Amino acid sequence: MTGLSAAARALRWTASDTLALAGRSLRHWMRQPQLMLLSTVQPVMLVVLFTHVFGGAVATPGFEYVDFLLPGIMVQVVAWDSTQTAVGIAADRASSAIDRFRSMPMSAPAVLAGRTLADAGRNLLVTAVMVAVGHLVGFRFHGGAAAAVGAILLVVAFGYALSWLFAFIGLAARGAEAALAISFVVVFPLMFASSAVVPPATMPNWLRPFATYQPISLTVDAARALATGKPAGAWLPGALAWTAAILAIAVPLAVRRFHRAG
Amino acid sequence: MTAAIRAEGLRRRFGATQALSGLDLLVPAGSVLALLGPNGAGKSTTIRILTTLTAPHAGRAEVLGFDVTREAHRVRAVIGVAGQVAAVDDTLTGRENLTLVGRLHHLTGREARRRAGDLLERFSLAGAADRLARTYSGGMRRRLDLAASLVNRPRVLFLDEPTTGLDPASRLELWMVIDELVATGATVLLTTQYLEEADRLAHRIAVVNHGRVVAEGSADELKTGAGGEVLAVRIHDRSRLDTVAALLGPVGLQPATIDRATGEVSMPTPDGVRALALAAGRLDEAGLAVASVELRRPSLDEVFLALTSQPALTPAGGSPAARAAVATGSSGRAA
Repeated sequence: MTGLSAAARALRWTASDTLALAGRSLRHWMRQPQLMLLSTVQPVMLVVLFTHVFGGAVATPGFEYVDFLLPGIMVQVVAWDSTQTAVGIAADRASSAIDRFRSMPMSAPAVLAGRTLADAGRNLLVTAVMVAVGHLVGFRFHGGAAAAVGAILLVVAFGYALSWLFAFIGLAARGAEAALAISFVVVFPLMFASSAVVPPATMPNWLRPFATYQPISLTVDAARALATGKPAGAWLPGALAWTAAILAIAVPLAVRRFHRAG
Repeated sequence: MTAAIRAEGLRRRFGATQALSGLDLLVPAGSVLALLGPNGAGKSTTIRILTTLTAPHAGRAEVLGFDVTREAHRVRAVIGVAGQVAAVDDTLTGRENLTLVGRLHHLTGREARRRAGDLLERFSLAGAADRLARTYSGGMRRRLDLAASLVNRPRVLFLDEPTTGLDPASRLELWMVIDELVATGATVLLTTQYLEEADRLAHRIAVVNHGRVVAEGSADELKTGAGGEVLAVRIHDRSRLDTVAALLGPVGLQPATIDRATGEVSMPTPDGVRALALAAGRLDEAGLAVASVELRRPSLDEVFLALTSQPALTPAGGSPAARAAVATGSSGRAA
């Protein structure tokens, strides 16, 4: 047996383990109506409420407010939903499911990869729902099909990276409540001290640099440029760099923590 | 004798708690060993180390010759684990639970489904196979958990308190399932707090206390080892029980135990017949009206209490009971 074929087999097993566990996570989600309702109805409410509540009050030079808003809410919702990864993994620890997986000769990273993949699939669906509802309240992609697909993929990829960060938190926290509390503290300032719903130019001086360059803002700005058909070159590299950096740090952290669990 | 499980000098600390302090274990292939001990004795930590879930701080352990830390992957392929908390997925059906485990053991989809069907049949879950596991009773969940641990046809099975929290009927049912497994030649290491369960299921019992094995043997050997026999005296005048206990003190190995409800004074003795004669003489001299004097073998409960009521600092083999049990144990453990 050559090293290459052993490595190929290990890779195939990792892929099949990941898919099996992603299927498990998606079943969980579909069989808990309250979860499904929460992750689809909530974004719809946000889109409708924000458009009508802030629509008249926030000046967004060069944009229709709904075109400004929707990419922002998409990123916010995806970031918020990614905290579900922490909750799900903490719950799997509590129910001994993780112990069972760890006592089997399966690929260890697959437990995390399966969960994060399922969460990315869910985020893709939620994003599609938001685009559809946005359409009803006047949102349009102005940059063509390729830019529209690019915007959605960018948002989902960002959520995927965050899922790995929250997977680490789910493994490190004591229980599901603690995992949710920590995730909340991490994600909430990022969601609102950002360019998602209000331009950072309206914020106080001390907050503005953070609100301009933090991961959610750059991702929102890049997605917004793609969606409105404006040049995205100023933000896209920064947005992709944030996604790559979060993955580069969170994946090894989470995998190491998984091996140490127990 | 081929050892299926071998552990030497296992130590593990959790914060300030020393969970294991030099635990040795040898389980011959094809046999059933029960780890018996009170809460916090180190039973579950032992199982977690042997199933590769927790790393020991010192010592080594092998399952079928594979080192649990360096060859964890090889170990995982040959073992099955059913836990204290059944690791059943509530939002999947029984069939989906087993199919998922099969897929994760790298069976093909068809093999995984066939294996799941066979196991559901064998564990009397076929009728509930397509119901969500959250609708299962406690006994059904344990059976599903046990079925999941058998998907890969393990040669060594670990059962951590398999019947804790079950009603008597479900317990009996699970015992029968475990009996069947043993009949197929699997090696089983189980933990339990119930003497009856250890006696019923296991060939040998290892009593664990304060993170180490304090005695090992068959139920019979443990009874014989725990100071031979018990001398029990009953008198009519219950107000004089303390006098009896004082009189008999020098006859036994340990201070006499007084059971005021039954009016019985008892103690373990090393040399039954002599102790009986001595006791009869002393009672007669004192002019006590004796209802009965008897010599009997200690109950497993008495053995267990004698072995596990010692303080943490007493070295293993320090009490006469433990020494005797060690002497009759056949595995060459370092005490």
